[in-house]
Amino acid sequence: MASNIWVFAQGADGAPTSATLELLAKARSLGDGVSAFVLGDAADIAAALGDHGATKVYATGDLGGSLPGAAVASAMKAVIDGGDTPDIIMFPQNYEGRDVVARLSVKLDKPVLTNNTEIEVDGDQVKVTTPVFGGTQLVTTTFTGGGPYLVAFRPKSFVAEAAGGGAPEVVEAPVPDLGATGGATVQAVHVEEHSGPKLDEANIVVSGGRGLGEAGKYEMIETLAKALKGAPGASRAIVDAGWVPYSYQVGQTGKVVKPAVYIAAGISGATQHMVGMKGSKNIIAINKDKEAPIFGVADLGVVGDVHKVLPKLIEALQAR
Amino acid sequence: MNVIVCVKQIPDPAQPGELDPSDNTLKRDGKLILDESDSYGVEMALQLVGTAGGGEVSLVSMAPNGEVSGLRTALAMGAAKAVLVSDPELAGSDALTTAKVLAEASKRLGDADLIIAGTESSDGYTGTVPEQMAELLGLPSITFAKTVTVDGETLKVERQTEAGYDEVTSTLPAVVSVTAGVVEPRYPSFKGIMAAKSKPVDTVTAADLGVTPVGWAGAGQQIVDVASAPEREAGEVIEDEGEAHLKIVEFLDKLKVI
Repeated sequence: MASNIWVFAQGADGAPTSATLELLAKARSLGDGVSAFVLGDAADIAAALGDHGATKVYATGDLGGSLPGAAVASAMKAVIDGGDTPDIIMFPQNYEGRDVVARLSVKLDKPVLTNNTEIEVDGDQVKVTTPVFGGTQLVTTTFTGGGPYLVAFRPKSFVAEAAGGGAPEVVEAPVPDLGATGGATVQAVHVEEHSGPKLDEANIVVSGGRGLGEAGKYEMIETLAKALKGAPGASRAIVDAGWVPYSYQVGQTGKVVKPAVYIAAGISGATQHMVGMKGSKNIIAINKDKEAPIFGVADLGVVGDVHKVLPKLIEALQAR
Repeated sequence: MNVIVCVKQIPDPAQPGELDPSDNTLKRDGKLILDESDSYGVEMALQLVGTAGGGEVSLVSMAPNGEVSGLRTALAMGAAKAVLVSDPELAGSDALTTAKVLAEASKRLGDADLIIAGTESSDGYTGTVPEQMAELLGLPSITFAKTVTVDGETLKVERQTEAGYDEVTSTLPAVVSVTAGVVEPRYPSFKGIMAAKSKPVDTVTAADLGVTPVGWAGAGQQIVDVASAPEREAGEVIEDEGEAHLKIVEFLDKLKVI
């Protein structure tokens, strides 16, 4: 058993993010002493973090525009230097988590293992599992030196569950002077509007790929998603081509989704994409190439032209 | 303006990847090519130097063997020179060791205004090396950059976020990781390919850089098991003869989602 586990925690709209709660649920199963280390102010989310098992909450306070990598890692290092040394620090595999864990690994001179989907504490050994080659093989790795063990997990690796814990102790963990490493600051924030449910929370996701042929045809994906009250998504190919913003991307470098139904239209099923959607409960694929790898994971595969199938499907659904 | 680009030579992603059964690391003994995700960084560096009207683009790379074909591609695009850390001892190095090696290698190229790396490699995709290098060099860093411009002494970046993007400014020097698709990498010209053959590649070992231990000895991690993931079974596949949409509706109906 580990006795001191930290979870890198983030809030959004007054609540902890789903990734934070997933990690807290797993952390509880590994040991008793779970602390949440919050990027920003903890006032809004401390109670929820406690409910999900954190007994202590460290909070950096407002970062004043600093990017989180150097700032949060420095704050963590200061707490560790102050005498609270965690056995394991768990991070979500997202923009902030990855930057913070990378900075911290240098500050502590400890290795970091990313892209994990499972963790196990076996005596004094910590083992993590990482899917490779598009999830066809699972590699289990252990740390050979001493902790703190730094590990990052893909979203939705664990299931969030409240533990009914009480209010945690909240401790300020201010960011020390960053010197030159604090030279990057955020000047403005731009939010790209997404209509309907959020991509990584939707019950149904409809994604389009290169098979749509041209940017204008992506409208079919949005219309179908709307008809199903789902969220539109995209393969990396059409995001790179500039047809839709990056926030639509499903895959290894985009979002990981696990909806009840995933519809892949004109997507061949590159490893990069499959990693982000293989966990869906049901997969429907429409592609004109019957050899496309996507059919290997589809519960229902339609070998056909998306330009013919989608309009009829949309019409049939709208007529109901 | 002088820009250093970190590039990785990787096994051709078009070939199926394989783990070496003796040590469970990715086999990298075949022909290596320039990681496509690094070609964006090379292109961006060339454009920034072009806009600045002076300076040059240099490369740093590391490989367990003396492979240079991927580096030559980047030199043919227009980079001026390269440092290649080539050392069999590097096999098995983890991300932190890689960052230490690349940070030291970049110092051999003198003072750079900017260091550019890809967001993550296409073979190992740990995704921590650029930020680790920045910390080792004591520099600010901006990851996931989709546009990069330099205005006098200030770096201006549009950085991708979960919800959209942030406008970020930074002091120089700095480390930036760029996403794929930010710029259109140029194809090397014939003249560029010929010129690349005589461009200097400074080949050094990890010990030359003073980074020890590296490889397995330096990695604080060990692979203990490799197993096949449970296969997802393929379901029914039908050919569309004009009625396939009805089959999809029926499928959705059965799942009670419509």
